[in-house]
Amino acid sequence: MIRWVLALALSVLALPLGAQDSMPPAPYAYNQLDDPRLEAEASALMHTLRCLKCQSQSIADSDAPMAGDMRHQVRSRILAGESPEQIRIWLIARYGDYVSYEPEVSSTTWPLFAIPVLVILIVAGVLLRRLGKRRSDDDEGAAA
Amino acid sequence: MIAEIGLAALWLAAALAVLQMVSGAASLRAAQGEINPLAIYARPAAIVQAFLAVLAFVTLLYSFAVTDLSLKLVASNSHSMKPMLYKLTGTWGNHEGSMLLWVGVLAASGGLLAGFEKRLPERTMGATLAVQGFVALGFYAFLLFASNPFERLPVPAPEGNGLNPLLQDIGLAIHPPTLYAGYVGLSVAFSLAMGALMTREVNPAFARVMRPWVLGAWVLLTLGITAGSYWAYYELGWGGWWFWDPVENASLMPWLAATALMHSVSVLAARDALRTWTIMLGVLAFSMSMLGTFLVRSGVLTSVHAFAVDPERGAFILGLLGLYIGGAFTIFALRAGAVAEGKRFAVVSREGALVFNNVMLSAILAIVLLGTLYPLLTEAFDVRVSVGPPYFNPAGAIFAVPMLLVMAVGPLLRWKSDKPARLQFELALIAALVIGVIALVCFFGQFPLLPLLGLGLAAALAVAAFLPLKGRNLRRVPVATWGMVIAHFGIAVSLFGMACEGAFSQERLAAVAPGGTEQIGDFAFTLQSVTPVAGPNWTALEAQIAVSQNGGEPVILTPQARNFWSPPQSTSESALLTKWNGQLYAVIGNQAEDGRWQIRVWWKPFVTFIWYGGILIALGGVLAIAGRVRVDVKRRSAASKGAQRRADLEALGAADPVPAE
Repeated sequence: MIRWVLALALSVLALPLGAQDSMPPAPYAYNQLDDPRLEAEASALMHTLRCLKCQSQSIADSDAPMAGDMRHQVRSRILAGESPEQIRIWLIARYGDYVSYEPEVSSTTWPLFAIPVLVILIVAGVLLRRLGKRRSDDDEGAAA
Repeated sequence: MIAEIGLAALWLAAALAVLQMVSGAASLRAAQGEINPLAIYARPAAIVQAFLAVLAFVTLLYSFAVTDLSLKLVASNSHSMKPMLYKLTGTWGNHEGSMLLWVGVLAASGGLLAGFEKRLPERTMGATLAVQGFVALGFYAFLLFASNPFERLPVPAPEGNGLNPLLQDIGLAIHPPTLYAGYVGLSVAFSLAMGALMTREVNPAFARVMRPWVLGAWVLLTLGITAGSYWAYYELGWGGWWFWDPVENASLMPWLAATALMHSVSVLAARDALRTWTIMLGVLAFSMSMLGTFLVRSGVLTSVHAFAVDPERGAFILGLLGLYIGGAFTIFALRAGAVAEGKRFAVVSREGALVFNNVMLSAILAIVLLGTLYPLLTEAFDVRVSVGPPYFNPAGAIFAVPMLLVMAVGPLLRWKSDKPARLQFELALIAALVIGVIALVCFFGQFPLLPLLGLGLAAALAVAAFLPLKGRNLRRVPVATWGMVIAHFGIAVSLFGMACEGAFSQERLAAVAPGGTEQIGDFAFTLQSVTPVAGPNWTALEAQIAVSQNGGEPVILTPQARNFWSPPQSTSESALLTKWNGQLYAVIGNQAEDGRWQIRVWWKPFVTFIWYGGILIALGGVLAIAGRVRVDVKRRSAASKGAQRRADLEALGAADPVPAE
């Protein structure tokens, strides 16, 4: 009996390994949810999750088996009633920040947000200097 | 033997680049009006160098055409069974070959400049050619020392390894050469900018010399990006047309800089304003070209485009990059103060609008640069960060939206200074279009913000593009103005395509048994059969999908799942049904255990407008070049006629007529 349970546990543990290449794709990897509203939610989320095996592709744009498995995860969790944000948090906990394209301010990503603000300031500065100065020059010119 | 001729030509070209550099630099040491004896070699050196570099490339092309398997490059990237077209395009489908193409185009454009440009002062020309030679020399060194395309194998290989099947496509035949020609055309703009800066000749005459090069490079970049986007769209099989992949960004960044430069150089030519700004953008544009080359060629990214993974080469290009960009900005910093500011203008003026948009383009460039380099930077510290569409789209839009609004108004403004009150009607029309279209679309459904803004702006821009023609005799409008109108209209068309794709795309994924029917939008599609087919170097499963719109006559689409055998790789060939108002995009996936096939179908309304717009933008650029060339030819012939007349008068012994000015 115990041997049976052990064997079963082992086979369950081994399943994900085998799943990666020989198993057929999970049901929701290439099939949409029936409810169009849920499918739209899932699709929006999938476009912001990175395919970890590809270069710069979201899991919604990839043929990699792993992307298919992740699509299945997303769709079945949406179907089970989880919110997209919960699923994202679950995936980040599992694969790290790298899996999410959604920009999140953190200790490693703050320059991505600080620099554009800086760019806006520089742009405002340059425009004021280049365009703003003209007027005062003109005024001086008119006064002189 | 042929390959050795190519290698020898490359070495000789490198030697001539040294001569060009020394001779060009010598012309700087000549006193005013004098000609340094060394300086006369720069032009011939550039021209002969161009022939040699092109010859080297042609020999490599020949080696690929005959599949010379004793060459390492051919053996590792080609295959005797490949179709001829892909043997030839395979020449630049790899690291060494594409770098040779790069250098060939660089030398050819240097040769063209040296051969045909007679308007510049000799000293400026000498300095320009010296810079061009210096840049070429670095890349010759890179080819000869770090990536020799003509390396022989000790024992010829029995058969080649083949080319990545994704690259065996007509898109690859066009995309890289166009893009490279654009990148490298900017090298001439760079050299001219440096030459003018060193000889303090930053003036409208210099701008008129620089303008056709910038326009030409910009047209090629536009076409290259458009072709690349369409290639990714139909070849990768998921219907995406822009992924913000670092390699795509590498081509977008020079385009952004070139767009700003093109407008800035026009202001300099027409109004003698924005001198330092033009020089800075000239340096920036080519810096982005080299950065793009570095990103793609160094293997710092690993993607379908990065064929080479070799850190040594990366370090070499990075060194060159540091040398050229660092050097250029040092000279710029030292000399920029000496270049006078140029003519002044008011905030509300054509120049003011152009400056605003140049700053916006530079800001978008900064965002793209940051988003592209930041993940590479953090990866060096073992922190992996993903920067993708959810970052680039909104961050870019912050600057793109004001830019597009100003772009609608800018061409209507007068040079130097204008009053907004004069344009009341036009401003009201543009505002009404933006708000009206957005309100109308909102009425019909819920859509994401950015596509919504895009639709409103596209409608306003499409109308605003033609407003500069209002009240003018259409037959007397200069060709270059037509160019501007069409290019701006192209932006509107492209934007409309992007917004529609973003807002209205429909997707249908389904497992379909042969004979089964599914529905997407107005279309019903039936999987009739799946049959095996074979090509020259692949086998495939081909689906026959009958598509009928609203129950009309069915059209057969045949998407394939291809398996290439050398190298072994599978690709998905999409099938497209193009209608005037969009495209139906079909892909076949795997077969499930129960015998049903995975079919993916998208209906993408007006998606084709993205690329039509790109072509219109490029056409606008071509018209602008044609218009300028026509004016220039007229001016030259008038000048020569005038000279002829004066000579005739002198021959008659009559007194010189007093000039009218």
